[in-house]
Amino acid sequence: MPTSAGHTIIHRWLEAKGFRPFTFQEETWQHILTGESGLVNAPTGCGKTFSVFLGVLIRYISEHPSDYRKRKNNGLQLIWITPLRALAKDIGRAMEEVLAELDIPWKVGIRNGDTPVAERTRQKKQVPEILLITPESLHLLLAQKGYPSLFQSLQLVAVDEWHELLGSKRGVQVELALSRILHCRDFGSPPMVWGISATIGNLEEAGEVLLAPLEKKGKLVRAILDKKVIVEPVFPDEIEKYPWAGHLGIKLAHKIIPILEQSRTTLIFINTRGMSETWYQTLLNICPELAGAVALHHGSIDRELRNWIEDNLHSGKLKAVVCTASLDLGVDFRPVETVIQVGSPKGVARFLQRAGRSGHQPGAASRIYFLPTHSLELTEAAALKAALEENKVESRVPFTLCYDVLLQYLNTLAIAEGFDPEEIYREITRTFCYRELSREEWSRLMHFLTGGGNALQQYDDYRKVELTEGKYRMTSRKLAMRHRLHIGTIVSEAMLKVKFITGGYVGVIEEYFISRLEPGDVFTLAGRNLEFVLIKDMTVLVKKSTKKKSIIPSWVGGRMPLSANLGRKLRAVLDSVQHSGSRLPAELKALLPLFDLQARLSHVPAANELLIEQIETKDGFHLFVYPFEGRLVHEAMAAILAWRISRIRPITFSFAMNDYGFELLSDQPIPVDDSNVYELFSTENLFTDIQRSVNSTEMARRKFRDIAVIGGLIFQGMPGEKKKARHLQASASLLFNVFSEYDPENLLLRQAYQEVFDQQMEEARLRDMLERIQQSRIVLRFPEQLTPFCFPIKVDSMREDLSSEKLEDRVKKMQRQLENGE
Amino acid sequence: MKNPLPHIIRQQTLWISPERCIFWEEENTLLVADLHLGKSGHFRKEGIGIPQSVYKADLQRLMAQLYLYKADRLIIAGDFTHSTANKELELFQRWRKDFSSLHIDLVKGNHDILENDWYQSAAIRVHEWKMHAGPFLFLHDLKAEKELSSAEKKAYRFAGHLHPAVSLKGKGKQSLRFPCFYFTADYAILPAFSRFTGGYPVQPSKDELIFALVDDGIVRMP
Repeated sequence: MPTSAGHTIIHRWLEAKGFRPFTFQEETWQHILTGESGLVNAPTGCGKTFSVFLGVLIRYISEHPSDYRKRKNNGLQLIWITPLRALAKDIGRAMEEVLAELDIPWKVGIRNGDTPVAERTRQKKQVPEILLITPESLHLLLAQKGYPSLFQSLQLVAVDEWHELLGSKRGVQVELALSRILHCRDFGSPPMVWGISATIGNLEEAGEVLLAPLEKKGKLVRAILDKKVIVEPVFPDEIEKYPWAGHLGIKLAHKIIPILEQSRTTLIFINTRGMSETWYQTLLNICPELAGAVALHHGSIDRELRNWIEDNLHSGKLKAVVCTASLDLGVDFRPVETVIQVGSPKGVARFLQRAGRSGHQPGAASRIYFLPTHSLELTEAAALKAALEENKVESRVPFTLCYDVLLQYLNTLAIAEGFDPEEIYREITRTFCYRELSREEWSRLMHFLTGGGNALQQYDDYRKVELTEGKYRMTSRKLAMRHRLHIGTIVSEAMLKVKFITGGYVGVIEEYFISRLEPGDVFTLAGRNLEFVLIKDMTVLVKKSTKKKSIIPSWVGGRMPLSANLGRKLRAVLDSVQHSGSRLPAELKALLPLFDLQARLSHVPAANELLIEQIETKDGFHLFVYPFEGRLVHEAMAAILAWRISRIRPITFSFAMNDYGFELLSDQPIPVDDSNVYELFSTENLFTDIQRSVNSTEMARRKFRDIAVIGGLIFQGMPGEKKKARHLQASASLLFNVFSEYDPENLLLRQAYQEVFDQQMEEARLRDMLERIQQSRIVLRFPEQLTPFCFPIKVDSMREDLSSEKLEDRVKKMQRQLENGE
Repeated sequence: MKNPLPHIIRQQTLWISPERCIFWEEENTLLVADLHLGKSGHFRKEGIGIPQSVYKADLQRLMAQLYLYKADRLIIAGDFTHSTANKELELFQRWRKDFSSLHIDLVKGNHDILENDWYQSAAIRVHEWKMHAGPFLFLHDLKAEKELSSAEKKAYRFAGHLHPAVSLKGKGKQSLRFPCFYFTADYAILPAFSRFTGGYPVQPSKDELIFALVDDGIVRMP
């Protein structure tokens, strides 16, 4: 092992504390010492922070062996990008401890939305050596006068939890910020870039994306730390009596009480906020002695309360916490010994991440219980186990050509220093996201930015970013201020604060949910039953209610589709039901009565089969298809299939889907049989058929909301500007209509469709699925009644519609139905 | 169908047009509401690049309707313009000169906040909140009704403001929404003329009448 002054000092310090560095840490230190960049792959809670942070210190000590304890005001040395504000606090504290013990007089600054103005000013006057920052705040720095001077001394940019940021628009923000920070220096080589990532399917690519602006291949350092994960399904006593459909799993709640009793602290992961409220209530109902020892944690709960919960998780004072993805990330809670996953985790990576939140003692296994919310979901337990055994984890697909984020970025750059379009074009085309950005697209973006798209020349007032002295600048202070407030890519629903009339903050809630309530209605938030009184100044005023019945808010979003990876495993597991006989795993054995019934009424598909069921009920004619590809792909496939069938005969459908399959429902018999079924699932003309299925427009309309907010088309208002602000408000849906009709070539509009293809329909996955189906046997069945497979779809219905009938005819038909009271 | 549909109220013949306006045959008058002129310009002034062709198209539609019916009077039930003055409104002023013989009456809406000079130079007669014409009374926001005298309440009222839209539901939870004209026994609410406006859902009861604007055509319900 080559040594340096820094190595010696850090090793000595670690030894004194009784620590021995891991191999992956030493490897990273060596790379940093020689000025390399790269990606560290290590799970949380095993010293990943130290791998990069100590590397920076070693390099610094080695460069200044004689006076590293004295040198002050060194300028910014290390930027540490973290996706979570809460993480910054804990990491900052840990870094400060190390610096104090090593007697290095560096300052650590934290910069995010919560940083007070006084602290920001202090950081400006005396730049800390280490800055912990969120992607959003980093962009805000670029809107600050003289920002390039800040980065002149910078040694290294670390991106923590890169697997979380990658495959999101926040990841794109990181790419853009890097492209600027690395290249705005007057002299010397650019700083190093190091990513830190948990295991994902495409680690190599993750590294490539992060380092793209450096234009060199970095090092990939993997921590080989095998941690055992034990998966325990929670079985219903009698599978026959357990619901075939539903999404709560409440019936099994009593089964988790003994699990809670066995371990010190348990995290109970629930997929949606609404369900977590119900679970919290239920646990208290069946086990009242848990009161005070169990807490509820989700994204709509008051930040302070969440902090309190997190602190008590650290200190081990809580027996259990019911939570959502809100606790997926973040520092480890050592007392957590057990994790319970309620309902499908939708993917192996997420399941693994949640499992990893337990068992932190060295050598301890992570134990995760899986509680199915309906019978068939037990098969997922078997699929997850199989996937974990093979270490098959999902990839995170990086985004490309996000015009909305780029527009926002260009506005940001225009605020303080202005930008030279040639220079910026060169920089952004070095990023992974925009490397395919053509000159033509660039000039259209610039045209939209500077000229506001299509305009009536002399009757136009558009002025936003203007060319002065060779640089594009935003000259209006008002617009600049507004833009600063809108920097970010996380678009949330309009949220209202919820407060007691007597004072006291409860949390936040979606406006659209409250708009459906009448005063006097009772709803549940943060585990409390609250009576809605009135809305005043964007705040919902409530009082405590003793009523038993209350409405559980349903929050928009948060419904992840099943990953392709897990879907594949599920099909394999179903296949094994028919072939493995007595060697079946317990969870599948438990399901045998259900599979038998399915086989009797219809068929259980093998891995190389696609099952289609046609059933007639009083609701109409149903067609059920089971590809096991996740709800998004099913949604797209349902639309395409409906479109293709409707060309055989004019017919209107409504759709429903879940992660296992989808349903088409019509009031007429559906013309699908042996003679045309392969053709209906063909990959031929897939692209045009997608475009023609009305659905893509509706999906794009939904996608457009986020894009319009990020791209700066939607003004969300700001304090003190209330009345006038209303004149600037337009819904995303209206803007979508206006752009579709009057500026159909607009890049933001195009992006909405592209996002639908890539993310919503997962076109690549759709194509793979159709190719798989072409190679497999399609089994058509005509059951007399609903089957165990179709039942959950029928219940969990979310309807989309498509029609080839003339719209007018359809309106008339709907109207007839209205009149006849059908 | 693309043609207007006739509808008779108080012995007056009203042609309900798929272009979001009504032609009142006896008085040779075009009735509209919620044009929100200058709305795209207002957004653009604040750095939001709404395509201005939406404004141009609104003006052209209005012009086409005036030519089609050879109307000599235009009654606007409020929200003629969207916000403060901007350059887009200068285009209207120029356009106005080509229609100098047209009488324009505006019943002020909450968005009509321009200076009096502006209306004067555009030769628009402004009515603070109500206006009588034949058996009809025009308002912007129907809520202002409660200020009317009982004699005035005998008139059939026309209002705007709401931007009514109707949801049509069918089997299998299908639902679509269209802008509409909304007629009750005592009053009617006009759809917003501008295409740069959103809709507010209305639920017609049994004895009420809806003309929905579906795909450039108009559908009468029931």
